[in-house]
Amino acid sequence: MASATSGPRWLLAELTYKCPLQCPYCSNPTDYTRYQSELTTEEWIQTMRQARDLGAVQLGFSGGEPLVRKDLEQLVAAAHEMGYYTNLITSGIGMDAQRVADLKEAGLDHIQISFQASEEVLNDRFAGTKAFQHKKEMAREVKAQGYPMVLNFVLYRENIDRIEDIMDLALELDADQVELANTQYYGWALHNREGLLPDREQLAAAQASAEKYQEKYQDRCRFLYVIPDYYETRPKACMSGWGNIFLNIAPDGSALPCQGARQMTHIDFPNVRNRSVKEIWFESNAFNVYRGDEWMRDPCKTCEHRHEDFGGCRCQAYQLTGDARNADPVCSLSPDHELVTQAVEKAQKEEMSRSVKVAFRNPKNAKQLLLNDSG
Amino acid sequence: MTESTALKMTNGFRLQWEPAQDAHVLLYPEGMVKLNPAAAEILSLVDGDRNIEEITEALQAKFPDADLSGDVKEFVSIATANGWLS
Repeated sequence: MASATSGPRWLLAELTYKCPLQCPYCSNPTDYTRYQSELTTEEWIQTMRQARDLGAVQLGFSGGEPLVRKDLEQLVAAAHEMGYYTNLITSGIGMDAQRVADLKEAGLDHIQISFQASEEVLNDRFAGTKAFQHKKEMAREVKAQGYPMVLNFVLYRENIDRIEDIMDLALELDADQVELANTQYYGWALHNREGLLPDREQLAAAQASAEKYQEKYQDRCRFLYVIPDYYETRPKACMSGWGNIFLNIAPDGSALPCQGARQMTHIDFPNVRNRSVKEIWFESNAFNVYRGDEWMRDPCKTCEHRHEDFGGCRCQAYQLTGDARNADPVCSLSPDHELVTQAVEKAQKEEMSRSVKVAFRNPKNAKQLLLNDSG
Repeated sequence: MTESTALKMTNGFRLQWEPAQDAHVLLYPEGMVKLNPAAAEILSLVDGDRNIEEITEALQAKFPDADLSGDVKEFVSIATANGWLS
């Protein structure tokens, strides 16, 4: 097994799995209700300190909805003091003008607000709650209080055709940057893939629209368009390689090389409650197992692209082929590539738009899915 | 932007020395760029008041033997295109 030569650069602190929204494309694990015991304020501060000492400098507060944590301001202040660049990744629900100001006072560098759609009806249907108007208000507040404002729109079958409305909304809200991110199929999104994956025609139109706006508004707003990897033939360089720069701490203190890794039941993920971040990063089996390229099999092992894409995403290889050492099936060189092309072909069928019901991310559905898995 | 315009770091961008990387880094929303020493020197002079000429002068004072005028202009144009400066 390989070992790391340097510490993490990115720390993603998933403060809680609790969330007032129920987005069916959520990347949280479908069994998130099993992890109820959250790290305390002191445990988070100690974890951030240890990661900072190893060189982590970008810090994301995420979840679930991080605003659910009442100690968020305290954690931001501690992180700021340590020299982190602090990012809050939020739905905007649980936010008000006072909290935006308090977080600024605590040293928060950036707030990213996510929307589910460009208008209220679809937005609130996909959020599973009334959220759209409040999100708009909060986006205006964030901007007014001098933060750089990044908006995030996850794209899926039902909203992708309105990408121009989405970009118009972002311009109306005076966003500095907009992520137009096609759904990544992990957690709830993987479970709901049939109802979410757009067809080829939709994607081509969306991409053309994005390019048009990028050109037209280049001095005003940065539009980042991320295509779904299912339509690619080369896999993404996921996390810039396993255990390379990215450290994810789940709400219960589990240390993961990627948000999607928790599903790998063959790996015993270490916990910051009983091991130091340094020990976890450099010595644990969980972080060393897919580090570097020694773990690779063919076709990755001898592939000329292996140091560019690291064999793609280990979680995707695991969840689609059952073995994380296989090539990411998104890759056209993977013997399992048809697992992806079959899903893509299915998405071309017109009836998909009407027939597929998505499961919303909520405790009731989580329980149902657990029962299905065990039965 | 003309050459007399004062250069300013874009809102949300921060220059910081990182001992773990033995380098200055430029931090911004969910991103980071590791800077070479020359880029870090130039960016550290961007304070919202100085224009290109004044930055070049300040840099020249620090490194009297180097010919810097072209370098600063080139870097500023790249940094502006990247959205680091506004």
